[in-house]
Amino acid sequence: MVSSYRIQGATGEWEVVIGLEVHAQITTQAKLFSGAATAFGAEPNTQVSLVDAAMPGMLPVPNAECIRQAVRTGLAIDAAINRWSRFDRKNYFYADLPQGYQISQLYHPLVGEGSLTIDADEKAGIPADKVIGIERIHVEQDAGKLMHDQHPTMSYVDLNRSGVALMEIVSRPDMRSPAEAGAYVRKLRAILRYVGSCDGNMEEGSMRADVNVSVRRPGEEFGTRTETKNVNSVRFVMQAIEHEARRQVDLIEDGGTVVQETRLFDPGTGTTRAMRSKEDAHDYRYFPDPDLLPLELDEAFIAECRASLPELPDAKRRRYEGELGLSAYNAGVLTAEVETAGWFEELLAASAAKAGKPEAELAKPAANWLLSELFGALNKTGTALADSPVTPAAGAELLALVAKGTISGSIAKQVLEKMLASGDGAEAIVEREGLMQTSDTSAIEAAVDQVLAANADKVAEFKAGKEALFGFFVGQTMKAMQGKGNPQLVNQVLRQKLG
Amino acid sequence: MTELTDLGIKAIRDGVVGGSFTAVEVAEAFNAAVAAANPALNAFIVTTPDHALDAARRVDAQRSAGETLGAMAGVPIGMKDLFATKGVQTTAASHILEGFVPPYESTVSQKLWDAGAGMLGKLNLDQFAMGSSNETSYFGNVISPWRRADGGNAPLAPGGSSGGSSAAVAARIAAAATGTDTGGSIRQPAAFTGITGIKPTYGRCSRWGVVAFASSLDQAGPMARDVTDCAIMLGAMAGFDPKDATSLDLPVPDWAGALNADLRGVKVGIPREYRMDGMDADVAASWDQGIAWLKDAGAEVIDISLPHTHHALPAYYIIAPAEASSNLARYDGVRYGLRELPEPGSGSGTSGAGLQDMYAATRAAGFGDEVKRRILIGTYVLSAGFYDAYYTQAQKVRALIARDFERAFERCDVILAPTCPTAAFGLGEKSADPLAMYLNDVFAVPASLAGLPAMSVPAGLNREGLPLGLQLIGRAFDEQSVLNAGLAIEQRAGFNAKPETWW
Repeated sequence: MVSSYRIQGATGEWEVVIGLEVHAQITTQAKLFSGAATAFGAEPNTQVSLVDAAMPGMLPVPNAECIRQAVRTGLAIDAAINRWSRFDRKNYFYADLPQGYQISQLYHPLVGEGSLTIDADEKAGIPADKVIGIERIHVEQDAGKLMHDQHPTMSYVDLNRSGVALMEIVSRPDMRSPAEAGAYVRKLRAILRYVGSCDGNMEEGSMRADVNVSVRRPGEEFGTRTETKNVNSVRFVMQAIEHEARRQVDLIEDGGTVVQETRLFDPGTGTTRAMRSKEDAHDYRYFPDPDLLPLELDEAFIAECRASLPELPDAKRRRYEGELGLSAYNAGVLTAEVETAGWFEELLAASAAKAGKPEAELAKPAANWLLSELFGALNKTGTALADSPVTPAAGAELLALVAKGTISGSIAKQVLEKMLASGDGAEAIVEREGLMQTSDTSAIEAAVDQVLAANADKVAEFKAGKEALFGFFVGQTMKAMQGKGNPQLVNQVLRQKLG
Repeated sequence: MTELTDLGIKAIRDGVVGGSFTAVEVAEAFNAAVAAANPALNAFIVTTPDHALDAARRVDAQRSAGETLGAMAGVPIGMKDLFATKGVQTTAASHILEGFVPPYESTVSQKLWDAGAGMLGKLNLDQFAMGSSNETSYFGNVISPWRRADGGNAPLAPGGSSGGSSAAVAARIAAAATGTDTGGSIRQPAAFTGITGIKPTYGRCSRWGVVAFASSLDQAGPMARDVTDCAIMLGAMAGFDPKDATSLDLPVPDWAGALNADLRGVKVGIPREYRMDGMDADVAASWDQGIAWLKDAGAEVIDISLPHTHHALPAYYIIAPAEASSNLARYDGVRYGLRELPEPGSGSGTSGAGLQDMYAATRAAGFGDEVKRRILIGTYVLSAGFYDAYYTQAQKVRALIARDFERAFERCDVILAPTCPTAAFGLGEKSADPLAMYLNDVFAVPASLAGLPAMSVPAGLNREGLPLGLQLIGRAFDEQSVLNAGLAIEQRAGFNAKPETWW
């Protein structure tokens, strides 16, 4: 499938070609080559070991957990795991780089070729089953941070991030629109969060992207690309591409040529500007780090990594649709975030246990309740699901009452409101307020008789053929019973009496 | 009674254990010897008499309490100033680290203190261990205690880079010393000064806390009066260190306990490529003498070939500078050590000195010429367009050299060769010609590239009355065969010459 996204230039249509290098901070307690901690937001220079500060004679020792998380990530994108990989030094001078080199993997990365499928989106022009190739994942150290706003003439250095483990996930130039690039980052982020190898927190810098963009006439050879560095949100990635592609088209159509260069994204204006050209590019003098032995992984380690992987979003989505019978839309929303899926599965399991019914039977009402009722209520107060005052177990208590016929769906809405307001359980609220649905046929018959007697004119109209009035009688009966009448029985009794 | 300072490791420990003298007496004797000699020899950059005394007091207290004493109990040693020592200035003999006091102790020095040794001071060396004569130190030349027998007083080089170590041990102002060997820096100075030094298999001694020169080659080892002392001290220095990813995770054998000079059944290889045209006659004669001694000890001597030997030095002078150029990037004036801030207005920018100016000024002032030369060479050989021609090619040569040794060790157990092409030269004789200086390590470098254990033992004096060393090279992890063959030579050489005390 081919994307139809085109940039309309003065001389005709242009296609944009996008590749992304995503830097994802590996979620671990300790840095890649030192024992120092990695918590975000700590006081400057409080998470710095002798190794991170590159004191004389200090040596890096690989953190096995970082390697494990990168391998698990590789397996999650169906990538080849290289049994033999190696760390290289990337040499350059900067005040935030204490060693004078970054330990990275140029020649022999840990993870080889893989791919992921981005989610179809007809509105955004993303075709179904669009696969984005991933060239490699390598593991490397992060640098520290310079602070230029602490002193009139000097810059301060914070080494808390120095040595933090990153995965650099390098895509193929397979994306053809800003929307596809956005979908790629979202999907990659979801996978990383499912795997647990990166928290995907773009605001805190746990994930950022270098965006490679070029333009060409549809079907022709790739044009010259530019690389826009360190873009830190999905929206900014899309903005940077839009701006950069338009800039390149205008440049070429005005008779200019695109130069290979590194650019910076300005979130304030949504534009990019040149940082340094290829001619000014550093010669990084990569060479194998002599302080480290090659990484050799055995099959047992890789098998352990594979066994530790959770069900991933694509598989989960297929299962929700196939086994649970959920709509494609609901399955998509539920699986987009690992927390939502986890919450839903907890809710479903607890509901099934409580109601004594199979999960497949409760999946649809559970999904509908979560996505419309609970999400609706949480949205009103701007509360995240993780902070929901109603837990999955509490939700299950409510859903089980509906499933068992103890309360009706409309009563359930009232009960949820009361749960959110009071923090009490559904059963307690229903009990206390006498909201149990009645299946007592004589009570229903009495209510029906009363409604029919009070609306003799409508009964006559109904009998004369105005069948649409049936709903009116149902509504009146339910109203008379304060909503507690079993809807099926109410229907049944009305049919008899009116029949 | 002999002077306490004439004693080596084993004699001192035995004496302390047996109660012939106290560790404090030993420390005081050596502290006094250091104080008397150092102004003339310049072997120590800083002296630490209190460190030696404190260690000695602990040992004496342990003995009084009836505790078992460590392998280095009561032995005052010199510490090459490449090892980080907590609270004691550590400079690598450079200006850029002048005044740097580490808040940490290197693994090797800590192990020595744990074994009961004390520190007399930090020993001078070639700057960042780059040199073969100790003439590149920012803190001045070390003067060898040896002088030529011609009656001239020309100051001689103690070898390098562990020149302070060799001078101190030879002059009897330290019972032993640590050295590090990247391309001969233990063996060559040991040979120049008539002492014994062993570079163990790469990875035996932790590099943690040792200022790095060339990480894939750097290896610490002991420099001492004799083979037995080397075996004891190496045992105290070696061992797996989880803080060094290249550390060998192997048990440390009892080398001293297993010393055995009976070489019956041992095959000794004589590499024909080491017998070079125009070889110094005294060195050639000493090598022949060594062959005869080993035969006398029962060894079978065979000819072997190490065909890529002549490529070793060029490969070494690509790999070592390449690693050094990167390892020394951390000395940038940002976090510790020297910082030179040019005056505002002198910088490349319009608003005053910036980061690049600080780097340039700091490194220009902080590094000596030889260090700069190697940073330049290393930067060049790693550059885009030159990497494959130099670095990749040198790594291939390195692999071929390692294979040469592997094949040779299919036929023999240990290799005998001279340590150096000549005896000690005079200060200033080679310092103007870097290539002539580099050639000094021609016999030492192949074993370094292959990561093999290699040792220099004194074999006699040349016609100028200067010591000559013989080198023994063993299989990886087989320090024992090296030490045993060294012991056999030591017993037959009866080397007891020592420099006259002229200081």
